[in-house]
Amino acid sequence: MTRRDYAGVVLAAPFSTPYTRYSTETAHHWIARALAGCLDAAGLRKDAVDGLSVASFTLFPDTPVGLTQHLGFSPRWLDSIPMGGASGVVAVRRAARAVQAGDADIVACVAGDTNQIDSFRKLLSSFSRFAMDAAYPYGYGGPNAMFALLTDRYMTEYGATRAEFGHLCVAQRANALRNPNAVMKTPLSLEDYLGARPIADPIALFDCVMPCAGAEAFLVMSEDAAARLGLRGARIAGTIERHNAFPDDPVQLRGGWAVDVDALWAQAGCGPEDMDLVQTYDDYPVISVLQFEDLGFCPKGEGAAWLAARDLTVSGDLPHNTSGGQLSAGQAGAAGGFLGLVEAIRQVTGTAGPTQVAGAARALVSGFGMINYDRGLCSGAAVIEGVA
Amino acid sequence: MTDPLKPPPKKDPQKVQAVPLLPPSMRSRAAMGLTAAAAEARFMLQHCARCGAVQYPPRDACRECLSVDLDWRDTDPRGVLIAETTVRTSPNLYFRGQAPWRTGTVRLEAGVSVVVHVHGDCVKGQAVRLINRLDRAGQGVLMALPEEATPDMADDPELRELTADPKHRRVLIADARADHTPALVQALRAAGATTIFLGEAEAWRPWPGRAALAALEGVHILPLDVTDTASVTELAGEIGGKVDILINNARFLRPGGVLSRTDTAWAREEMEVNALGLMRLAQAFGPGMRARGADGVNSAVAWVNILSAHALVPDPAYGAFDASQAAALSLSQSLRAEMRPGGVRVMNVFTGPTEDAWHQDVPPPKVTPGALARALVAGLREGCEEVWCGDVARDLAERWRKGPKVLEREMGGDT
Repeated sequence: MTRRDYAGVVLAAPFSTPYTRYSTETAHHWIARALAGCLDAAGLRKDAVDGLSVASFTLFPDTPVGLTQHLGFSPRWLDSIPMGGASGVVAVRRAARAVQAGDADIVACVAGDTNQIDSFRKLLSSFSRFAMDAAYPYGYGGPNAMFALLTDRYMTEYGATRAEFGHLCVAQRANALRNPNAVMKTPLSLEDYLGARPIADPIALFDCVMPCAGAEAFLVMSEDAAARLGLRGARIAGTIERHNAFPDDPVQLRGGWAVDVDALWAQAGCGPEDMDLVQTYDDYPVISVLQFEDLGFCPKGEGAAWLAARDLTVSGDLPHNTSGGQLSAGQAGAAGGFLGLVEAIRQVTGTAGPTQVAGAARALVSGFGMINYDRGLCSGAAVIEGVA
Repeated sequence: MTDPLKPPPKKDPQKVQAVPLLPPSMRSRAAMGLTAAAAEARFMLQHCARCGAVQYPPRDACRECLSVDLDWRDTDPRGVLIAETTVRTSPNLYFRGQAPWRTGTVRLEAGVSVVVHVHGDCVKGQAVRLINRLDRAGQGVLMALPEEATPDMADDPELRELTADPKHRRVLIADARADHTPALVQALRAAGATTIFLGEAEAWRPWPGRAALAALEGVHILPLDVTDTASVTELAGEIGGKVDILINNARFLRPGGVLSRTDTAWAREEMEVNALGLMRLAQAFGPGMRARGADGVNSAVAWVNILSAHALVPDPAYGAFDASQAAALSLSQSLRAEMRPGGVRVMNVFTGPTEDAWHQDVPPPKVTPGALARALVAGLREGCEEVWCGDVARDLAERWRKGPKVLEREMGGDT
């Protein structure tokens, strides 16, 4: 069966809060700020929102249900997306269908988390059963250790080098310096990257994201509603989603994108070469490389070298993670799964300001999430394009 | 190549004692199957009873066929180390203190990928074999070892954390007079124990072999009567801070069940020595050992009880003695939980009938002193909680696991 398209639906009013390294506030606080910013941008009152989609790790003991009362929303459609780095793409897929079906007129999609002193350690300790049983007792390196194993295997298998990964990180830092909300404010050179403190070999300091506090939000509505509100919207050309792909691979060297890549480009009616910019989920550089490979930009195993030969900055030939990505803007918990998407909406609607890619019309956004044990289980991708 | 462990430097009394820290100990109930197997140093994984698929991490249902019938079975431990990392920083205090810590991914021939501790002599891309051991928190963890033994491999710092190896450690054996004590002393010295304290009750009573033991370098015979609280406390005051491994081998045994005796005098004595003796020793030495669980190369590491396997189910011919063994077993399980915060292992060595005067009329196979000593030292080197010594003990344990009620009736004989 062919997949139905997303005709008539747009993404609009992207909003990002500034990020802070640590916060004494709660997830509720950060989510409220992002929703308020998003509604302000759209010129909407709170009660115009009749659908709510929430991704957060630190609402406990609340769920998105409790959040409706806390923030005073009465939605007729409510979604909770516990998919970490894939939550943005997945939120779009579901919200768009709700709007198409008439189950909601205006869905506010929000992701946000706080980062109190010690909350990252607490989050780790209760992240998943397999991690608790079979990962943490082995050095307790958290995601750093798991991605170190994956990076080690990738480098051994394909001969990728630290310098190639560094090229990606250095470019993202250059992009972050244009983004006033980014946590990282100082330039990064390849020498800095290569000489950084080792964390879990071969992962060093600048391969790791900085956990921080913040939130990201956008609205999903009909194209007509956006026009009435005078909002510039982004259409959804195609999307994919996959969970626990290739479970028998000894180590994760590919993600679910590789299963669905053809379906994505077929639905989008275009190809990798047509993208004006790419937003990958960059919790570690190797993961961005997997996304470029699995989404058809380059052959498997050649991604690191292929990317190293490109200019990945805002003004380059392949603008990538234009707001700095998580590696340089920071990872605000589940908001990390929204960061690239919200930036991509800004880009294709021409509202990205200091990070704007000239003439950006089409973007690929890719998500990856949930290291349940030894690999990320959720993957997703979306192609979006500005409404001409 | 593993660097041989150096003898510990003399302790600096001005330094603050290192607080024992534990690796993460939370586990799902399913994952505790690994812990139960590690207590006996067995490498076991879940196998689906329906389709045979091997599972890891431990699950509640088969990843292939959704059957909820998953059995823990001994599994082929061979695999290849396909990825590795060295964790240099961790939010967990235990691993922060232990860093750098080598971990890796092993692809097992059984068809699953496993994240494991990695021995320093393992080489990426090469064959390894996995072992399942208890960590300092008393939970089962998997470690990759090189396929073939390497020199000084037991000295690897990660492996040493999973064992109670006597090398460079000081041992107290509660009863110098026991038939097996000379064999134990010999085995422990061969394993690198530096000092062996031997407890001697009623020193006025001569016993053969005393002179030979006393003449050994590093062996000290000291007064200790486990039925006398003052005696136990006094010895703990003297050497308590220097006992890294305590072997509670004091035992009082007389044949007879309930009706074959006419009073409770011997039973009282059996309880005094075998159960309450354990408790007195524990109350005097336990807190100090628990506090010294992270005291470097010669940290306090293990408490050993030598028990009859009939602690599980009595042989009515020795029923009253076996009751004291059941009591001691129960106390040891409490003690194990209470010692755990210090990372100190409580190991029970279960024996069948021993080759001694009190088992003259019991048919073989019987446990010789040498066999007991070998099993005990091997158990320490594997960091076990349970060691089954001798064919009778292993047989009893297996039958007990299959059906304690059936075993009880079998023990009752044919009459």
